[in-house]
Amino acid sequence: MEHIALATGFLLILIGLYGALTQRDILRMIVAFTIANTGVNLVLVAVGYIRGRSAPIINDNLPAAEATARMIDPLPQALVLTAIVIGVGITALMLAYAYKLYILRGSLDISKIKELKW
Amino acid sequence: MIKRFTVFLILLALAAIFAQLLFDYVPDSSLNQTGRYYAENAADEVGAANIVTAIIVSYRGLDTLGEVTVLFLTAAIIGLVLSRDRSQQQTAPEAVNRPGPGELLVTGSYLLAPLILLFGAYIFINGHLTPGGGFQGGAILASAILLLLLTRPVKHFSHRLITLLESVSGLVFVIVGVLGIILAGGFLDNRILPTGQLGELLSAGTIPIIYSFIGLKVGAEFSSMLIRLAETEDN
Repeated sequence: MEHIALATGFLLILIGLYGALTQRDILRMIVAFTIANTGVNLVLVAVGYIRGRSAPIINDNLPAAEATARMIDPLPQALVLTAIVIGVGITALMLAYAYKLYILRGSLDISKIKELKW
Repeated sequence: MIKRFTVFLILLALAAIFAQLLFDYVPDSSLNQTGRYYAENAADEVGAANIVTAIIVSYRGLDTLGEVTVLFLTAAIIGLVLSRDRSQQQTAPEAVNRPGPGELLVTGSYLLAPLILLFGAYIFINGHLTPGGGFQGGAILASAILLLLLTRPVKHFSHRLITLLESVSGLVFVIVGVLGIILAGGFLDNRILPTGQLGELLSAGTIPIIYSFIGLKVGAEFSSMLIRLAETEDN
């Protein structure tokens, strides 16, 4: 189970990087980056999973006394929550800059933007 | 051609590293030291039933403050980048003749938007008890705004109201944090209010208050991003 989630996450990272490196359209590159971002989040959550344990929420089924023995690691989940929110911010920024670039250049093709090319 | 080949090589190298990680990965059978500390002490020290919330709002509350600041910066930069050329284009006559939203969308949004707002508020008020919290609830609030934007693309939302909501929420977050220094153990200490009974709505000290204001702030920030992006599309 953990290995399936990890493999999916790694695959998503690779797909995302492939898209970001080969696509020329900036919008497609942004989509590729969000796919890679999802892959990283999936890997992080999968690392915190422990087989046969329940979510880190204390209730009638998981009393506080048994929490150590029966719950999964809460730290990666907190980390991924942060990462998702920051990912949304990054995506929104990329879209705003892409729009600005389109207004300035009339094109979203990255091969036509050569100022930073070396 | 060379470029494609280089990309292929880079990805192959990464895939080799990932495969190594994947096949050598041994799942933990018990919590590590940090996880065990949180599992043993979060319920007593913080009083939040959801331990992820206890970590985000209390133990690592400073990081969350930074995270909210990053979101604020993002919203501010988007406003800066997009509003400048909006003012340039407003001089041009708005001759866009777009078809109005359909009857179904309008009626549906009047029915759904209040319910979505209520659901978002429920999510962030119960953030210390259930899987949920300020960030998730804020995103749900913003989705109601997105529905309204789809319904009435021409209507302009009040940026001043959204900015006010966001500023007040951020200020309350910091003030509660500073009160923690004065009245309790340190910055963002949640025990300035009684931690109460584990699992009750009014428990976990200031966590429900902080998370509600985080929810409002995140909702306002996401909404302002969406509105900025939608307004540029109008021109």
